[in-house]
Amino acid sequence: MLFNPQLERRYLWDNLFASATWIATGLAILVLLVLLADVLLDGSPRLSWQFITSLPSRKPELAGIAAALGGSIWLLVLTALIAFPIGVGAGLYLEEFSIESWWSRLIEINISNLAGVPSIIYGLLGLQVFARWMQPLTGGRSVLTGALTLALLVLPVIIVSTREALRTVPDGLRQAGFALGATRWQVVSAHVLPLALPGIMTGTILALSRAIGETAALITIGALTFVPFIPNNPTSPFTALPIQIYNWVSRPQQGFHVNAAAGIIILMVVLMMMNATAILLRNRFQKTLT
Amino acid sequence: MLLDSVCLSQRPKLRFNSKIAEILASPRQSVPMESFSQNPSLWQPNRQASQQTDLLVRSILGLFSFVSVATTAGIVLTLFFETVDFFRVIPIWRFFSETRWTPLFASAQFGIIVLISATVLTTSIAIAVALPLGLLSAICLSEYASPKVRQILKPALEVLAGVPTVVYGYFALLFVTPLLQKIIPGLQGFNALSAGMVLGIAITPLIASLSEDAIYAVPRSLRDGSYALGATKRETIVSVVLPAALSGIVASVILAVSRAIGETMIVAIAAGQNATLGLNPLVSTMTMTAYIVQVSLGDTPAGSIAYQTLFAVGTTLFVMTLGLNVFSFWFVRRFREKYD
Repeated sequence: MLFNPQLERRYLWDNLFASATWIATGLAILVLLVLLADVLLDGSPRLSWQFITSLPSRKPELAGIAAALGGSIWLLVLTALIAFPIGVGAGLYLEEFSIESWWSRLIEINISNLAGVPSIIYGLLGLQVFARWMQPLTGGRSVLTGALTLALLVLPVIIVSTREALRTVPDGLRQAGFALGATRWQVVSAHVLPLALPGIMTGTILALSRAIGETAALITIGALTFVPFIPNNPTSPFTALPIQIYNWVSRPQQGFHVNAAAGIIILMVVLMMMNATAILLRNRFQKTLT
Repeated sequence: MLLDSVCLSQRPKLRFNSKIAEILASPRQSVPMESFSQNPSLWQPNRQASQQTDLLVRSILGLFSFVSVATTAGIVLTLFFETVDFFRVIPIWRFFSETRWTPLFASAQFGIIVLISATVLTTSIAIAVALPLGLLSAICLSEYASPKVRQILKPALEVLAGVPTVVYGYFALLFVTPLLQKIIPGLQGFNALSAGMVLGIAITPLIASLSEDAIYAVPRSLRDGSYALGATKRETIVSVVLPAALSGIVASVILAVSRAIGETMIVAIAAGQNATLGLNPLVSTMTMTAYIVQVSLGDTPAGSIAYQTLFAVGTTLFVMTLGLNVFSFWFVRRFREKYD
């Protein structure tokens, strides 16, 4: 026999390889399920209205999540107010207004690099610039400082998703507008932006859900871990859900670990709600567009 | 069809005099061209005002895009100046040659190698977990899974990427470590092993999705050619598809390494705060990021040596991740196979 294809052996290897890829994928998803189940099992007995409305306490069974939840909502709103206009504006500029030049290329390279900078480095920037130099304005280690830091952190994500959404708007629309004698801004504000807005909103919500789960940057700017009140103005000290969870996890007592698991459930529920909103927005407007 | 719906829903914001509308509405009456020039009240586009608005908006938006450049400049400058201040007090050779990291003790030593060794340890464990998992799932999603299954599996992997890192930290410390302690007797409560493994799970989706993009971009004709030569599916994947997608896969792994180096909460929670030199995965250790967290939790007055170490460590971290990111971009550009 001149040529022996050894098909049986090769097919055996093929099957083994295929199973390995399935096992790897399954394993990753299994870990996700185990993680969720572990958190749910540990935390659900602690979940109660009292847990949501109570302030932190030295005693685990009295401690609650109210201050952290309030702080996270403050952060969410302020971050959105800062990052949304700047991010969308920058995306609009890069996609609709700027002419191909070294400046626009510099900004583009810069944004892709910023997306790879660890969040803790943003924390150091926030600590130095917002918490120290701008202390008279921001009140030091305040909600505003946290929101400014998080806004810078999520800015690249918002800019990139804005640009992607703008690219889906067909060019014929712009050309029709220019042919009628409209300026760029008239075309963008009346036609392009309204069409791209659902995509932009989806990207922004996803970016904000990253901000909500962010811990390292906030710890670095010096967000306090024990704050027995809900912030009532932007310059107030604050704590946030992930910081509270970190604080509880790092204590030795079992009771606080249960609190941490319950806090994680609430954090995940908030994240899921945000993601569901983003997906709903996307699906709903995708239908009307095409 | 798209254009129609848009024009109906949003009328162009030109000044459209109602008189013109009346004239246009009645078909018999012809519109004399002179009426536009003779009666300026009929048609007033006011080009100058709209051009000024355009210019104003353009400059405001340009300013916004400048924020991202300012952020980079801010990061580089704050890190640079505080690090320079640090090296004025502590000579740079001590930073690189000492073998202990005890900046808060009376006999302070500043051997960054201690923190780097811990970071290298956790990152290596993470990559050892994430590379096979991520690459095999990428192959599974792009080559083996049917479109329907893929539609379920891909979002599930993306959920894994969206889990906040503090949750992974909880999982590593309170689930994985006790589990591992049953298998490995000498395992400490805080250890690099479980932190590294969970870190690996956290970066698996990054490798999976970026590698999948690279594998997906390999044209079908290459696979068909390989099948025509009698290769099996696995042989095609291993010797044709993967080499063709190699630049993208390597880039995804480099980005994952960079992410693992900069990742904070998992190692801060599960790996402990014990700065010792060595690569023993079974004991407590302190990475660069964990050190920054530890110091940040205390009240460090600005200008103190502890405050400055934050930025010195931060600079080291920044340089490492930036170097890896730039290398990954370069690698893709240099070694990308182009198929048209």
